[in-house]
Amino acid sequence: MTATVDRRRTNRAPYLLLIPAVGILLVGMGYPLIWQVVTSLQEYGLKQQFGQPAPFVLFDNYVELATDAQFWTVVAKSIAFCLVTAVITLAVGVLFALLMNAVGRAPRIILQIALLLAWSMPVVAAMTVWIWLFDRRRGAVNYLLDMIPGVDINRFNWLETPTTFFIVASVIVIWMSVPFVAFSSFAGLTQVSDEVLEAAALDGANGRQRFFGIILPMIKPVIAIVFLLQIIWDLRVFTQITMLQDAGSKSSEFDLLGTYIYKLGTKSQDFGMASAVSILVLAITILLSWFYIRSLLKEDES
Amino acid sequence: MRARTARTLLGALAIVIALVWVFPVYWMVNSSLLPNVTLQSFVPTFVPLGGSFENFASALADGEFFAALGMSVSITLIAVFFCIIFAFLGAVAISRFRFRGRTSFIIAVLVVQMLPAEGLFIAQYKMVAGAHLLDSVIGVSIIYIAAVVPFTIWMLRGFVAGVPADLEEAAMVDGLSRFGAFMRITFPLLAPGLVASGVYAFLQAWNEFTVALVLLPSESVQTLPLWLRGFVQASATRATDWGQVMAASTLVAVPVIVFFLIVQGRLTSGLVSGAVKG
Repeated sequence: MTATVDRRRTNRAPYLLLIPAVGILLVGMGYPLIWQVVTSLQEYGLKQQFGQPAPFVLFDNYVELATDAQFWTVVAKSIAFCLVTAVITLAVGVLFALLMNAVGRAPRIILQIALLLAWSMPVVAAMTVWIWLFDRRRGAVNYLLDMIPGVDINRFNWLETPTTFFIVASVIVIWMSVPFVAFSSFAGLTQVSDEVLEAAALDGANGRQRFFGIILPMIKPVIAIVFLLQIIWDLRVFTQITMLQDAGSKSSEFDLLGTYIYKLGTKSQDFGMASAVSILVLAITILLSWFYIRSLLKEDES
Repeated sequence: MRARTARTLLGALAIVIALVWVFPVYWMVNSSLLPNVTLQSFVPTFVPLGGSFENFASALADGEFFAALGMSVSITLIAVFFCIIFAFLGAVAISRFRFRGRTSFIIAVLVVQMLPAEGLFIAQYKMVAGAHLLDSVIGVSIIYIAAVVPFTIWMLRGFVAGVPADLEEAAMVDGLSRFGAFMRITFPLLAPGLVASGVYAFLQAWNEFTVALVLLPSESVQTLPLWLRGFVQASATRATDWGQVMAASTLVAVPVIVFFLIVQGRLTSGLVSGAVKG
């Protein structure tokens, strides 16, 4: 498209095409982001909400955060939650994709429909069902676990201690996210040619060698992207935690970064600190996903 | 023979997993059909024999449902409509042209996708409140469009790049204008991509919770996810009426599930080609 195109128009056209997208991004994301950065450098508490000028305190909010043990606990918990959940989601999703690939048509379609149903549940609806499933006295989970001989779990309150609370949250997030991983990996697997696999089998490669030598390298790009998306999503999990807190305890022990910022912003009305936390979360997300951005850009250039 | 047995066993495993995975969805519908007396029993009822739609009637009797439905429909329609137009133009720009600032724009698009809603909500609240748009369709829609446009640009980019520019040039040689060539040749080939990104935008807007929670502070102005959460909370002040709560959840979920099952093939292929192909 070089020779035939009028140069003058080429220069102007892309900018015109980008105006709406850039405009809405500046309004909806850009301006809030800048406001948030500026506010994170200010003292912006209750007085400022009522019209007092907000004095610049430079990095005071960040220093206060950095020296706040509770903040670091929340950060550590969020990163641990995010990594554990994302790794399990990825492993289970890829295993499901391999399973779909290995079974006949009927079981595959049954499994796919089940996964699609889970995938399409709106998160708020899914949360209410899960909370009902884990209900202390009449939930199906406790009832079914109790039927296992030797397990006495009747009336066990999952949402009472942070550990079991986050296990429940993780189970729910994994349940919701596995379908996306499974379908993406399955799409990747269908690209692996049967002939190559048969040739490898004839050459004496066993199942494990075929998986690690041929299949995995071929679906690696899909897996890398899906994994990083999971990390981004699981780090900012909010709705699930909020709704579990609705059902259990709102104590700060049950907070991850999303709910922590939300409470700072709404309850204590300390916008300066809340903004500083937000900026740190953004920084963590970008750090974790920088590899993803780079690989996408490289792919775009090629 | 051994391979066949293995295949059968794996097939059985797949079906067991399917049953486990679908159980919560089944449980929602099952509980929504059972009277609360039955649900109060310590032994769960696994099949809704003698079930009724009474719970649905009570959930719908809460008049706020229809107000929330209207709100969700308007916000989603506005968000999807503008999102598709903006993203389409953007995708054409980055996949058909090489220009200064292109890479910066692409980086911006990728980074914006990663901004957590919880990280920006205070500023968005201040901004929308400043424009007197709290509790309004427009306030929420603006934020939704901005949140969804980046990913849809990225999705559509794959589709636009997938249509060779040579086709357009051939049409231009045949006497069509550049715009005419684009509309007659490329645009029809983009239809699946537009549908896929429209579906994506629909699901995002329809299910979104956090932004709506912040920008719709009045209890009388809600989207369906907010309504459902409020319904659960109201019910929890008494002993939770799980039958009604599950009926309410079903009301919110079933339209999405049906829609999703109809369009999922397109959505998956769109997501995959957006994420994987160049």
